[in-house]
Order: sequence, then C-alpha cells, then structure tokens
Amino acid sequence: MRLEPIANPTLTRRVLPPALAIATSFAVAAFLAMIAGGNPFQVFGLIISGAVGSKFAVLETLNRATPLIFTGLAISVAFRAKLWNIGAEAQLYMGAVVTVVLGTGALGLPGWAMVPLLAVLAVIAGGILLLIPALLKTRLGVDEVVTTLLFNFIFLLFVSYLLEGPLKDPMGMGWPKSARLVSEARLPRIVDGLRLHWGFGLALIAAVGIWVVDKFTTLGFEMRAVGQNAHAARFAGIPVNPVILKTALLSGGLAALAGFSEVAGLKGSLTLDLSPGYGYTGIVVAMLALLHPLGVVAAALFVAAIFVGADSMSRAAGVPTYLADIMLASALLLTVLAILITKFRVRRD
Amino acid sequence: MIENSTAQHPVLRLSNITKRFGKVMANEAVSLDLVCGEVVALLGENGAGKTTLMNILFGQYAADEGFVEVFGTQLPPGSPRAALDAGVGMVHQHFTLAENLSVWENIVLGTLPLFGRSLAARAAKAKIRALSESFKLAVDPNATVSTLTVGERQRVEILKALYRDAKILILDEPTAVLTPQEADGLFATLREAVGRGLSVVFISHKLHEVMAIADRVVVLRHGKLVAERATADTSREELATVMVGGATKAPEFEARSAGPALLTLDRVSTQATASETPLDRVTLNLHAGQITGLAGVSGNGQATLSDLISGLIAPSQGLMTIAEGEISAWSPRAALAKGIARIPEDRHKTGTIADFDLTENAMLETYNSTFAKRGWINWRAARKHADHLIETYDIRCPGADTRIRLLSGGNMQKLVLGRVLENNPLIILANQPVRGLDIGAVNYVHARLGEARTNGAAILLISEDLDEIMKLSDVVHVMSEGRLSPAFARGSIDAAGLGAWMAGDGFEERADHAS
Repeated sequence: MRLEPIANPTLTRRVLPPALAIATSFAVAAFLAMIAGGNPFQVFGLIISGAVGSKFAVLETLNRATPLIFTGLAISVAFRAKLWNIGAEAQLYMGAVVTVVLGTGALGLPGWAMVPLLAVLAVIAGGILLLIPALLKTRLGVDEVVTTLLFNFIFLLFVSYLLEGPLKDPMGMGWPKSARLVSEARLPRIVDGLRLHWGFGLALIAAVGIWVVDKFTTLGFEMRAVGQNAHAARFAGIPVNPVILKTALLSGGLAALAGFSEVAGLKGSLTLDLSPGYGYTGIVVAMLALLHPLGVVAAALFVAAIFVGADSMSRAAGVPTYLADIMLASALLLTVLAILITKFRVRRD
Repeated sequence: MIENSTAQHPVLRLSNITKRFGKVMANEAVSLDLVCGEVVALLGENGAGKTTLMNILFGQYAADEGFVEVFGTQLPPGSPRAALDAGVGMVHQHFTLAENLSVWENIVLGTLPLFGRSLAARAAKAKIRALSESFKLAVDPNATVSTLTVGERQRVEILKALYRDAKILILDEPTAVLTPQEADGLFATLREAVGRGLSVVFISHKLHEVMAIADRVVVLRHGKLVAERATADTSREELATVMVGGATKAPEFEARSAGPALLTLDRVSTQATASETPLDRVTLNLHAGQITGLAGVSGNGQATLSDLISGLIAPSQGLMTIAEGEISAWSPRAALAKGIARIPEDRHKTGTIADFDLTENAMLETYNSTFAKRGWINWRAARKHADHLIETYDIRCPGADTRIRLLSGGNMQKLVLGRVLENNPLIILANQPVRGLDIGAVNYVHARLGEARTNGAAILLISEDLDEIMKLSDVVHVMSEGRLSPAFARGSIDAAGLGAWMAGDGFEERADHAS
C-alpha cells in the first residue's frame, strides 16, 4: 500500500475532506458533551453565543485571538522553512519580560516613542532567543525540536525566578507578580470604552506583512525554497544557513510580540499565568491554517472563539471546558488527515 | 556425482522475465540459470535492471511475463514467503535488522513459537553458533545489533538467510559498505557456502570483485541480458566494455580545434567523505568549443567532480582556475557568478523543487540577480521568463503555474536545460543529462548541447553510458577511484582501451602520461 500524489484534485476532493473533518470533530464533541451530562445542541448553542453572541463576547474572542495570531504566525513562518520551532512559549515570555523590565519606569519616554521602542526590543530579544537553537542546528546539527522545546521549561523557570526576585512588585502583597507598566508603555485601546487594544490591530498588520514577505520578497522565496528542498536550494545558490537564521529571528520576534501585546495591551503586568500555552496552541493554529499567514488569522479567530465560547458554556451548562481542548485536538488531527486525503490517494499493489 | 545430476537441473531458473514500469522496460526477456555450488555475478550499471530482477526472483515484484523456478518448481509470483520457503535467501544492500534487538533475536524473528520460548531460544542459539562456526561468520549471538560494525551486521543478515535453510543466497551489492578486509572475509564465507552446495547470486558493479569471486558473469544493460561469460574466459576490460556499451558509433559532430581552456583543474584533490569517492590529484582542462566526455564506472569520483564544479564542495589541495581567474571563496553562487551552467545528475532532488511551479523553478538560480530589485521580486518578469522557456524549449505543460512534480522527466529536464542555457554560458557541466529520458528527449538534449558547443562553450559531459560519450565527445577522460586519465582525442582510443582505464589499468604509469 502506498500514497500517490493526485495531479489535479477536483473541487469536491479539495473541499469535502476538511468539511467532513470539522463535522466529525463536532460529532466527537457532541458525544463527549452527552457523557458529561449536557445536551449537545444546548452545549453548542452556548459555545456559539458565548463566543460571538454579544458585543462583549466578540471583543473577548478578538482579544483572545490576538496572541494566537502572533504565535500562529511565528510557527507558520518557521515551519514553512522546516525550522521546527516548538519554543514559541519561551519567546512569548521573553517579549513579556523585556516589556516589563523597560516599561515599568526604567525608560521615561512619551507614549508615541515608548510603545514602538518596546515592541522592537521585544522582537529583537525573542528573535535572539530562537537564534541560539537555530545556530546550534546550523553549526552542530543539533535537533531544534529538542532544544526549543526544552528552552520553554528553562525560560519559564527563569521567569519564575525573576518574579520571585528582581522583578517582584514591592507593592504586590507578596504575590509573584511584576510591577505595573507605566501608562506611556500601555497599548491604547482601538476605540475608547471598548475592551479591545491595539495589539489586535498590530497582529492583523503583522499577518498582512508576513503574507507580503512570503509572496513578494526574495526572503520569502528563499524561506520557501529552503523548506521545500534545502539540497536543491543550496545547489541553486541560496545561502541555506543564513536563511534559516533569518527565519529564526523573524519567528522568534513574532512570538515575542504575543508576550508584548498581552502585557502592554491586556494585563499591564507580568505573572506566570500570562500565557495558557499560547506558544503551543500557535502550532495548532498554524497547522489549521496550512501555514498560510492570512489563514492564521482565520484559524486563530476560530480557536479563540471555541475557547471563549467553551468558558461561558461551562459556566452555564456545567460541562467542563476541556471539551474545547478535545474539539480542537480532534479538529486538528482530522484536518491533517483530510489534507492527506486531498493531496494523495491510496494505491494498493 | 552431484555435479552430473545438477548440471541438468538448475537450482534456479529465471525464464524470459519481462517487467515494465510505465513506459520503461526494467527487464526485457531475461533468462538465467544457476546450478548447484556456483557463484554467478550479476553485473550492470545503476539502473540496468539488476535490483528489479532480483526483486522479482525474491517475490517482491510480480513479473509481467516469464516465471521463476526453484528446484524445478515454479514460484507463485509476488510472494516473498514462497521464495523464502523454497530456500531463497536475500541480503539487501540496506540491512533490515532491528537495532535494539540482539543478534539471535534478529535471526529468529518471526520463527519462534508462542509457547516454550526459552527452550526454542536455546536451540536457536545453538544452531546459530554452529552455523557461524562452519561458515566462518564470527559474530556473538547475544550482542545487540546497534553495537555491531557494518561488516558484522552483514554477517547477521547472511546468518539469517542460512538459519532459514537458504540454498540460494542473493547478495545485493554486498561489498558497497565493507572495508577491503571485511570484503575478503565475505568472500571466504561465500567460498565456504559454495563448497557446501549452496548457490550464490552476487550483484555488483565492481569488476575486480566479480573476477575474484564469481564462476560466471552475466551482464545486464538497459534491462537486457547482453553478455554471459565464464570468469575464466573473460577479462575486466571486456566486462567494463560490455557493461557500459562498447559499440562505436559515428561521432555526432565534426571535430573542431580546441579554443582556450576556460576551466582548469591542476592536481586537485578533495576531502574524503563517507558517501563519495574523493578526487585524487585530478588535472583537467575544459576548452572552449569542445565537449569533454568523462567515462567511468559509477561511484569512481564523477559525483565529486560534479559537486566541485557546481560549487557544492571546494578543493582541499591543488588549484582550480576558471576563465583565467583563481577561485577563492567557492560556492554554488560563485559558480553561477562565473557563468557555469550546471545540469545536475538528479533533476528531481537537486535540479528542481518539486512543489514549486515552473515560474519559480525557472528563476531558482537567478531570482535575486535578474528577477528582484532591493529584495522585491518582479513576478511579471519571472512569469514572462518561464513562458519564454516553455515556448523556446518546447516544455509540454498546462502552464507556467504548474507544479514541476507533475511534469514528465523529459519536460523537467528541458526546463533545467533552458534555465542554464538561456544565458549562453561559457562553461557547461552536464552530469548524466539524459538518464531516464525517452529517445526523443535524449536527442533533443544532445542537439542543444551540440549547439552550445558550436557557440563556443566548454562542456564537461559526465555519463555512465559509453555510447553517449563516444557519440558526443571531442576528447575523453576516464575516471577510476578518484583519479583521472589523460585526455584522449576522439578516434585515438577505442572502447576496449577505455575499458582498460575504467578497470583501473594504466594509472600506475601516471608519470609518463602527465601533461
């Protein structure tokens, strides 16, 4: 038995499998909701209304999607070049650390200068954090999956140390929490009075920017070529290792923006629960988006809606929020399978 | 007594085997008999159909026509199990061992009963010890496979076959991974096996080994059996000639006087690597307006020379000069900047990116120099360039936005050819430019190379096909074990003479020939 690529898949073949994948993941979730003692229709209704049923719900979903767009972009940029960055979580916290170190009074600048400066420095710091495993990969052949994954734990423990030590807020009543950002360092809200900050706008701009880089620049061409066939790319004169390092800087920087925007836009200070695994969920987002930068926006909104909706459903129906994780996990697995089916057919011989 | 009875009844008979893969004839009416206690060497270039034939014998492929007979019984096609049961044992080029298991576990894998294992295991180990002693296959049955050397792993593979009472051993390129000492050990084992009445099919393209171990040699070329000789009645030179095709054909182009040397290698050596034969003080001049042919049995350093000129590797010793400039920082990009057109050996893995479309593949080598300004790609120009190549080089495809993996080999090669020839390059490296192409595409590629020659390009043509070399080249070199023969002008040497150089003769007299 082997897989054979399909030359020109029909429209049905391209659309049907992903649609079936999503439908099946809903069926799985419905079954589990029933086991948990809920009525599946009511549960889905509550998820939908909890995610998009009110102005508050929509804004909450957009806020939740913001860090996922950044980490999803970070992953898709890296994965396209076959740089397996599993360390977006650490890079996110790096961005957050830079923001609180410099944004809590160390710099006295007006807001129009402070916010962009913090963003740029966060990007640089996050990029450098991924540059280390990338250099280990290009110089010594060390597998970046292992190094970036383990970096997450090291860096989170380091952040924990910072929050218990040098960065601990003296007015924090002993909680492991940083001081609050000065107001000049905060990302303003997009519309006064609505709980949506400019981090979301920045995320959309980043998505479009990455799409432009991907499609219209030599760097995008090089990154895709290296990812598809590094050997042929090298033969054609593309400097493979420098391209991998540039990809690392870009990917790490994007993930760091997630941390920056969460601190400067939403939370105002750094705690250890800043990210409920946005760095890892970014992988799900990027895969659902087929690594397409604009698709990342759609996938991040979808994932955020399910999380936000499940939170509110859980309060109303008493079905655990883990249902959201299961839905996402099964949607991801089935989508990957669906992609395989759209691209290949099984041949027996 | 035994010999008399087996002479009439071969232990193995392949009868009129034909196998097609699409349009390609992998085997065409191949017949082969193997008698008891005999070593038959199956000789042929890469892609000559050796492995296909053995896979049919072992039941991994079903033949389109013809049948396999073992000890007088016809084997059901496509059943490895039946081949195993009939006493055929195969040692693959790439081992099929479980690294985390011990030697004896690997050998008995799939044969132990569910109950009474420890008893069966003890018996199995005893049998393995006896076998390894009598066949001179020294290996500890309790050792873990991952701790073994390559030579020891091969012994395990052979033991595995013997353990299952194989009477016919098939060895696919067994010495490719061995050191000379290990190869000698393997030969001792094979002689022992043959002495005990086993029969061996030995697949190789190394001539001296074939001469050393085989009783009979069968040569495959383009899927057909082209020669069958008793080892005693033939020579390395003859085998080399038959293997790569020795028929001298009229040259395609009229001879021309050489222009200036555009690329010069002066006693260039390269670093030894695990996979390729390094170059050993190679001296080579590529002249304008000439096709320089490079003949030789594959794996003798041609790939290394190709990588060197492509920019993938740099010389470790010696001097490389291109268009009267010495080379300092050598890279693929530097090679492109020097105007070297490179047609790689593997158009699928090296020459193109399978999931890129024609436009992207057409601009692969020039995306930053011709089709971009300050980092921004000019897609309109790139698209126009691709359309131009499709038109000029007659690339059959639905359009420039087709992914290249959907093209046939010939059309893919036309794109590679068009990409590098479009700028009228001065130096052309053509490594196996027609391998796997149908006859129409072959003629097309050859005509284009001839045209470039007329326009004054210096062309290096690397090929395993002597016919192609003889047909196109103005001068011919032969490579053997990383060394390069002197240049022979067309007509000054025949196929037999080249065959001698391919077999490694003549290199000792290097000092006399040095130019």
